[in-house]
Order: sequence, then structure tokens, then C-alpha cells
Amino acid sequence: MAIRLEVSLNPSIPDARGRDTAARARRFLRAPVSSCRTRDVYLVDMPLSPAELARVRRAFADPVTARAAAGRLPPPKFDWLIEVGFRPGVTDNLGHTAREAIADVLDREPGPREGVYTATQYFLLGPKLARADAGRIGRDLLANELIQTCRVFSPAEWAAAPPDTEPPVIRETVEPRARPVDLGGPDEELLRISREGVLSLDLGEMKAIRDYFARPEVRSAREALGLPAAPTDVEVECLAQTWSEHCKHKIFAARIRYVDVDGREEWIDSLFKTFIRGATERVARERDWLVSVFTDNAGIIRFSDRYHLAVKVETHNTPSALDPYGGAITGIVGVNRDLMGAGMGGELVCNTWGYCFASPFHDGPVPEGLMPPRRIRDGVHQGVIDGGNQSGVPWMRGFERFDERFLGKPLVFCGTVGRIPCALQGRPSERKEVAPGDLIVMCGGRIGKDGIHGATFSSEELRKESPAQAVQIGDPITQRRMYEFLIEARDAGLYRAITDNGAGGLSSSVGEMSRLSGGADLDLALAPLKYEGLQPWEILLSEAQERMTLAVPPEHWDTLSALARRRDVEATALGRFTGSGALVVRYGDRVVGRIGLDFLHDGCPRLTLEARWTPPAVPAPARPRAGARTGVLLDLLRSLNVCSKEFKSRRYDAEVKGLSVVKPFVGARADLPADATVMRVEHDRDEGLILADGINPFYSDLDTYAMAASVVDEAVRRVISAGGSLDRIAGLDNFCWPDPVLSEKTPDGPHKLAQLVRANRALYDVTTAYGVPCISGKDSMKNDSVRGGKKISIPPTLLFSTIGVLDDVRRAVTPDFKQAGDVIYAVGLTRDELGASEYHRLLAARQGRPGAIGGAPPGLDAALATRLYRAIGEAAQAGLLRSSHTPTLGGLAVALALAAMGGNLGADADLAAAPGAAGLDDDALLFSESNSRFVVTCAPERAGELEALFRDLPCARAGTVTAEARLRLRIGSRRKADVSIDRIRRAFKETLDGF
Amino acid sequence: MVSDPSILILTGHGLNCEAESKYAWERAGARTKLLHFNDLLAEPRSLHDHAGLMFIGGFSYGDHMGSGHVMALRARHRLREDLEQFIGAGKLVLGVCNGFQILVKLGLLPGLDGDYFTPRAALLPNEGGVFQNFWVRVRFEPGSPCVFTRGLEFMDLPIRHGEGRFFAPPDVLARIEAGGCAACRYVDPATGEPATKFPHNPNGSVNAIAGLCDPTGRVFGLMPHPEANLHRENHPRWTGGDGLMLFQSAVAWLRKA
Repeated sequence: MAIRLEVSLNPSIPDARGRDTAARARRFLRAPVSSCRTRDVYLVDMPLSPAELARVRRAFADPVTARAAAGRLPPPKFDWLIEVGFRPGVTDNLGHTAREAIADVLDREPGPREGVYTATQYFLLGPKLARADAGRIGRDLLANELIQTCRVFSPAEWAAAPPDTEPPVIRETVEPRARPVDLGGPDEELLRISREGVLSLDLGEMKAIRDYFARPEVRSAREALGLPAAPTDVEVECLAQTWSEHCKHKIFAARIRYVDVDGREEWIDSLFKTFIRGATERVARERDWLVSVFTDNAGIIRFSDRYHLAVKVETHNTPSALDPYGGAITGIVGVNRDLMGAGMGGELVCNTWGYCFASPFHDGPVPEGLMPPRRIRDGVHQGVIDGGNQSGVPWMRGFERFDERFLGKPLVFCGTVGRIPCALQGRPSERKEVAPGDLIVMCGGRIGKDGIHGATFSSEELRKESPAQAVQIGDPITQRRMYEFLIEARDAGLYRAITDNGAGGLSSSVGEMSRLSGGADLDLALAPLKYEGLQPWEILLSEAQERMTLAVPPEHWDTLSALARRRDVEATALGRFTGSGALVVRYGDRVVGRIGLDFLHDGCPRLTLEARWTPPAVPAPARPRAGARTGVLLDLLRSLNVCSKEFKSRRYDAEVKGLSVVKPFVGARADLPADATVMRVEHDRDEGLILADGINPFYSDLDTYAMAASVVDEAVRRVISAGGSLDRIAGLDNFCWPDPVLSEKTPDGPHKLAQLVRANRALYDVTTAYGVPCISGKDSMKNDSVRGGKKISIPPTLLFSTIGVLDDVRRAVTPDFKQAGDVIYAVGLTRDELGASEYHRLLAARQGRPGAIGGAPPGLDAALATRLYRAIGEAAQAGLLRSSHTPTLGGLAVALALAAMGGNLGADADLAAAPGAAGLDDDALLFSESNSRFVVTCAPERAGELEALFRDLPCARAGTVTAEARLRLRIGSRRKADVSIDRIRRAFKETLDGF
Repeated sequence: MVSDPSILILTGHGLNCEAESKYAWERAGARTKLLHFNDLLAEPRSLHDHAGLMFIGGFSYGDHMGSGHVMALRARHRLREDLEQFIGAGKLVLGVCNGFQILVKLGLLPGLDGDYFTPRAALLPNEGGVFQNFWVRVRFEPGSPCVFTRGLEFMDLPIRHGEGRFFAPPDVLARIEAGGCAACRYVDPATGEPATKFPHNPNGSVNAIAGLCDPTGRVFGLMPHPEANLHRENHPRWTGGDGLMLFQSAVAWLRKA
């Protein structure tokens, strides 16, 4: 029994949370809620004397605005009460803080079994509200029943029910021990073990494990440690985790037979080695600023004489599908930890995010067990908002793309940029070393069942019975404390190496670090737990958040441990790194596992896969009659993929640290999304970084080669548009694909794999042509859902993120028109490339044939683009560019409309002379999404200089910036659009305003 | 003595504006010391080595139980005497955003009648219900005793908070206004007059109060972030940098004191 405390705002104080709940219930669920008041409930699971209770009660409520009572407060008038609490074992951040507050108020530390658990009450008023409505509000708006409990009471039921004082505590008393796994059975038996254990290992892998444990030298080594002949669950789970697609990238490492459309056959020996690392190795010969690529938690490049930059972009798709808030917050604080564990430890500079969802206005059926897209979107945003804001890291880039196929699985990209002093204690900061004898130290949060099987699970499609344990919840404040502690420890030289605990938990972090010393000896019984009842293998694999693993020289342990205590951070030595050649795992005085490092890391059999390319036949939409296109332009601005995402974006903090230069939204009213963002890295220096990205899953419906080439070009040209130089741009690739492996459930695997091959080839071709090395990347290869008996696969998606370096941020260029009278130029060739464009997708939808988006997708002339980008760079350096904006979705027409809107000015434009216009039909000229183009403006008195720079390049005058806020767009004598900037702004903003 | 005044900046537990706050004070001519809150609790007397104390922005304790609530609980419990002594010695206290919330939760603001530990006002969740980040225009009131805002008039500053709606019971509000303690207000950029509506009044604050000082003018807190407006390029239209003046004003006052 716990002590129940209820805290309520005084009736005269507005309840913003209640008001928001009522508004969302009305808006999203059409539930007749007239008002809502809320309360916080604390279940204090520790004995308190009456005097102590009185002190706690006083401390919990703000004396000006709220009151608290032990037991129940008298309820306000209500028709239904919904009480939402946590399920046992789920991270309760508010509860943790309340526990600390009690410790302070009472001047005593609560015991290990004493805790505080929280719940929230929603008192709903609404005379027409039925119980079923209240239930829906609970399930569909307030609680995720995977991790939370949700109970509904009528006033009579509430009055009759005794106050709930049962805390959601896990008190299991199972004996922790390792169990042998018998792999001696037939093939079907091996597959059953893999399937039922969520190991995600195929038959070849299961056999490799069986054969390894049968080796005589392995048997004798194990026998000497008192291990049984059969592998233990600790060993099998550890191998399954280390060999998971998530960690091992088996598809990117596979041997692939690729058969082209004409039957030509080609063998590819690892996509990663051939196309990604291959490209970077080629580019590296002419780029001397690569510090560490593909080997660490993040890519590291040289920035200045004082700092390196480290960058990483991750995906967190599966957890976000199950618990959007928890999955997404874990995504952002997780990638933050990647940076904290890069080199000797990075300092966080900024975050990026990007999501692919189904339409939030989707009102069709949703497969059983999946959430409606609006709910996923709201939860994902809120998770990354809270994770980023509470960590004190500003966001600098964000995007959203919408397609119905993301109904099955949303894509959640989270990225972080960090800085690392070039040298620490006189040594290069990117170098990682571990010496035998160093202590294995885990610091940060405690271990629970959170996220067990996260790594293997994300390598599977979403099924109805997908385990709830795959969900973790982030605690940004615990992580922030750990982060500050780690920077102190780093600067004092207290550890030798650092890495984060992400997928696979300790098995991954210790497994990886042990390669540097040649072995490790780990005692799981020493690990601090959130609650009892964890088996050894669960402790090893848990993905509980906010943890880092350090290699600490024994002579520094006392100092490190004392510093951790002073900073309220838990740090525990769990064993030692060794040179034994094996990972040895103990639980107290018993050895529960031993795996040779060679087998652990290199024993996984390679896949051989089949890829076959047949270009899809995609019909084109019917073209509307010739004439004005004002209506089309406004519809394009309203479309989900083009429209402003500002409403949600403003909930992310873009200002903390005070380093921003070009923010995510720019212009006279700060409502135009910047092509790229720019920030300083140190307060008193003018060097800066430029961030951009490219993503376009739509072109994949025609050809993933065109898709990937366009995406890389977009990410690069955005940096160029903001004033960057091709010589100083690095890239990051994130592939999110539907399962491309041929099987019974994936008969079209060879096609999807061919799409992957083609995208990789494009990535190689374009990054080598531009000299833009990839420094880090990630792939997520099983983005399919089979719930509700229906398979939904995402369109093949590549996010290419870029980071550029700028010597002087004051030279940065922004996309908004700046001054009436400036000359507008169209730079770069427009071609008839409307395939899968925003325009064709709009037409196809209007015509009721959503698949009829065919046509030529954008191509790429990299040699010409390189010359253009150099010229744009020179123009920016010379201060000739008043503005520069690169067209993407919606082509030149949308680009002109937005640049004018950004400046709150107008434009009088004629595209007849635009490069490529001759022979092109009007719609193609207006809306084609051809790559490598810019709309730039220049002061009329400097137009000559600009034109001289672009002599011999496709660049032509296309109009004038006007003081009247109106877009007048012609092609020769044909009027194509004539519309006020106010209408443009309204169209651009209205779709997701309030969403 | 003419040495540069020293400012103590508290860090830890989710506070996160230490780097830009340090830079602001140093550019304004002060020395700074970043100190983890736990280290101050361990040695509260070290507070008195400094001429000014800053509670920075961030998310102390994750804003759990209300923004600033738990940090204020701990400070009240462990630092009360030293804070009283510090203010009594004529020194300066500044709180920005979460720091302002902590000062109000403690009672340091409005600090009427020399009583610095009875909370009398509150910063409620924004009227719009959510955290928001954008730039607003504020006006510093000329009649205020606030030593941080002397000679300042209008300024654009970013807000980024979820709980910034200033509230005080009518009698307290009247005394705040009578004493010139409402040192900083949200204004409509078109008129320069106090803003009543979103977005110019971003959170629904009563009397458009964005910042508050105590009757001595030496304790000051505000929701917008002057330390995030130190470069011309910090402003969305590259017309910024004036946030620095607030720190310069405080340093000038300390040099004379």
C-alpha cells in the first residue's frame, strides 16, 4: 500500500492541459466534451510519519496556484473521470523527480524499494458524453495501453471505489540463472527456436552457431569455465543481437547477383563496400578534412583549428510505430548518445529530425494494432520536441513527407551534430583505445526490461504480437546529467574510451569495445537494476536508456566514481577488459557465457541475394487544358508535402546556445523554410556549419536511380544555395527500405533489392562526381507491416543529409527576396521531368487514379551542375546574391511564389527565357522538378557582374522583384499566375495550421 | 576596487543555457564562474565570493511538478540563509526563463517587503497550452528600479517556454505595478504598447508582463532570452545583438556599486 497524494490547480486557475484535452477530444474524436480539468496523482511507496507527510504535501503543490491532499481531493463536477497511469516497469520520469524531491524535503535518501509512481486524472464534463466516448478518449487520445493503464469512472463509480493505493511495482522473485539452449535438433527445430525466441536468425546462422559450439577447442574452453556443452541463453541471445540486421547490416554486406532489364548479369560484393565506402575512399584522395569515417558512432570531419565536427543520423521507425512518443524521444536522445560516444566524446551542437507519415487526415481504416497516422505524428513530434528541448540542444533541420504507404510504418529520422576538441590531453580526440585491465564502467540509467530484443525486433516486420518490451522511454534529464558528467570526466582524462548503449545494450557496447583490448570479463550481477527479476541475458541485452559504457584505467576509478556521485550520476564497474580473445560473462560466481570475439564479430555467414530489375510501367496523368495555373499553384502550396510545417516546428527550440545564424524559418515574417540552415560552432568565432537534406520517396515509383541521384543533388545544392562550397561538404546516407529479401512473404524481393542496388549506384555516381564523401550512414531494411492480414510496404526511401563548412557565417545567403527592383535569375536547365512530381501526383489524385504519376523523373548532369555550383559559390563570395532559393517540389512556380512570400514582396516574372524553356510545354516549365537549379536575385547595379560569372552557363533573367506583394507569372504573352502574396501565404500555411 | 565583477552561473539538473550566458557576461565585461548546483549546495558560502548570481534557462528536473518547482524546493531548503544574505549585501540576481520560474517559485520575485521566500505569483502554462519558440518584441519600462534595464527601451528577443503566463492575485499585481516592478512587457511591434493577444503576447501574461524585478531592482527575472541575442545574426532578420546591453547595464551598475 502506498500513500496517495492528489494535486490540483485551484479552480480559479486556468488548466491548459485540461483545455487542450477537451479541444483535441472535440477536434480529433468528435467527442462532445464541453470542458476538462486535470490532476496529478502521486503514489508514494515509502513509509512517512504524519509530520513528514504534511511536509511532502506542502512541498508538492504551488502555494499560489494549487493544493494537495493525502488521499483524495474532492472532485470537481464531472461526467466521466479517466485516470491514466503506467504499467509496471515502465519508466516514470515524473515519479523519479518526485522521489528526489521527497529525499530533499525529508533529508533522507529513500531505500531501493521505495519509489514514487504517478498518474493523471482527467475530469470530463459533457452531458452528452457516453461511457464509450470516454473510453475512446482514454484509448485514442490520452493513453497508450502498451505502456499505460487507463480506467474510466462515472461519478457514482468514483465515489464508490476506494482510493487506489496500489503502486505499479514489479516484485518478481525468479531466480536469475542461465539456461542451456539445445541446438541439436533438426532444421525445423532450429527455426522454431529462432522464431519463438525473437532471435531473427535464419537457418544458416543457427547452424553456424551450433557448429561453433561443437568445435573441440570451444568445448574445452567452456568446460574449463564450468559451462555446459550446449550454448546458454546468454550466448545465443548475445549472438543473435550482434548478428542482427540492425547491427550487422547483412543485406548491405551480402553478395548480390544483379540482373538488369536486358538480362545482363553482374555480381556485387557488398553494396556498402562497393558503393558507399568505395565512393568515400575515392573522394578521400582529394579531401584532407576527413578524420574518422564509418568506424565510429558518428562520422568525424575537421572543422577548424580547434574543433572537429561529428555527425550522425539514425532511424527509430519500429519503436515509433508501437509507441510514437516513447519511440521518438528515444530516437533523439539515442542519437545524442551516439555523439556523446564519438571519439573521446562529443559536445552536442544541434539536432535534426525528419519524418515520413501517412496523411494526418487519413480517415480510412487502419490495420488492426496500428495507430491512426495523426496520432503517430502527434506522438512522434512531441517525443522529439521533449527530447531535444529538455536536452538543451537546438534543432536546425526538420522535414515531413506524406504518403499513404507510411501507414504501415512511419519513418522517424533523428540526427545530431557534435563538436570535439581536435586534441584532448595532447592526443587526437578521435582515437579510441582500450587496454587489458581497464575497468568496464557503465554509467547513467539503470537496467530494466526496456527494449529487450529491440535490435532483432527492428529487423522484423510489424506483427500483431510484436513485444511491448521493444518500447523504451527516454529520460532526457538523467541523460543531461550524465552528459555534463561525461564532459567533465573527459576533460579530466578519467577514461580511455567511451561508447553508448543503444541497440543491444551492454552486449553491443562491451562487445564492440572488447575488440580494442582483445576481450572482456563482465559480471552482470553487479549491474544496477530498476527492479528485480531480470534474467542474466535480459541484463546483457536490455536497451534501457541513458547509459554509456567507459573503459576506465583502474588508477582513475576512485576519482571518476567520486565525480559521478557529486553529479547524481550512477557509475558502476562491471568487470574488466582483457586480452583473452573472448567475451566472458558471469553472474556472480558463475560463468554464464563465453564467446570468442572472432566468432562473435566475424562468424556470421554472409548472405547471397538475388536482384532483378524490371522498370515499372507507370501511366501518366491526363494534362489539363492550356491556360492559367493560379489554381494549380495554390493547390500545390496547400499539398501536404509542400505546405508549411511551421505549426509543429515552433514547438521545437531553435535558439538555445545562441549560435543560430540562418534559422529553419527565415524572411520578413520568419515563415519561409530555409533551403539550408547555418550556425556558429563557437560563440566568438565566425566559422560555421551549414545543414541540409534531400529526400523524395515518390521518384522511387519510377526509378530508384533517379530518386537517389535527385536526393543527393538536392541535399548538396541546398548547401550551395546557402553559400557553401563543394569542397567542404560531407554527406550521410540513411536507407529505409521494404524487405528486399526473396521469401514466401516477399515474392517481389528481387525487384526491391534491384531498387536498392540502383539507388546505391546513383549514390556512388553522384557523390564521386561532386566530391562529397559519405562519412556515416545507416540502413533500416524491414519497413513492412503485415498486421490485419494486409501487407503494407513503404516506398524505398533514401535520406541524404549534408553538412557544409563556411569560413564566415556572415556570408550566408537566404532564399527570401530582399528588395524591390532586384533582378530575378533562373539558373540551371529546366527539362520535361514531371514524372512523380508534385504536379503529376496532384493531377493523378484529382483524376482519381493515384498511381498515374508517370513521366520522366529528374535526371542529373553532374558535370554541368558542378560548374553551376562553383559559379553560385563565387557569386555568394562576391556578395552578388541578395537571395538564392533552389526549387524542389513544385518546381520554378512554387519556388518563385515562396521566395516572394518570404520577402513579403512580389515578383513580375517571365519564364520564356528560362534556360531550357525552348520547346518545353508550359506545365513542364512551371512545375518540372529538374535538379541543379536556383532562383537567385541580384541588385540591378551588380547584374552585369553576375551575368559575367555565369557566362557560358544556363542562367537567364526571369523578372524583377516588386514592391507590390503580388506574383505575376508569365511565359511570353501567356499569363500563368496572378495572385496576391497574402493568398499564397494563406494557401501555404492553412493545411497544417493547428495540426 | 575596479576589478571586473564576478558572476556565478549555476548549472546542472537540466539547466542548459550556461555557454551563452557565460559568453554574454564576459562580453559585457564580467568574470564568470560556472558551478554545478550540487557544488553550491555542498559549499553554500562560496556564493558570497561573487557580485552576481544567475539562474539560467533550461529544464531543471525536466519541468516535472511544474517548471522550476523542484529546483526552487531544493534552493529554499538548502540555500535560504545564504540567498537572503547575498541579496541583503546589495548584490544582483538574474533569472532567465527557467531561472525566472525558479525565482518566482522561491518568492525572490516579486520579493515585496523584503520577504524573499513567500511565493506570491506564478508562471502558468501558456494560454496556448504548448511550448513555443519565436521572437517577440519587449519594452523595458523607464520608471522601473530595475538595474538591468536602465536606459533600455525596445528589444526583440526569442521566447521558448511552455510555462510563461505571468499570474498574480489582484492585490499583489497592484503592488507590483505601483512599485514599477513590471520591468519588461510584451508589446505589439506596430504600436509599441503592451500586447494583449497572441502572438505578440505569446502566453497570455497578465498586463503583458514578460519580466519582473524586486522593489530594489537588483533581483530581476524574465521569460525571453537576452543571452540568445548577442550577435547581429541571431535575429531572424540579422538586426540583433542588443541582448548584450542588458548584461552591460548590470555590469556598469556593479562597477559603480
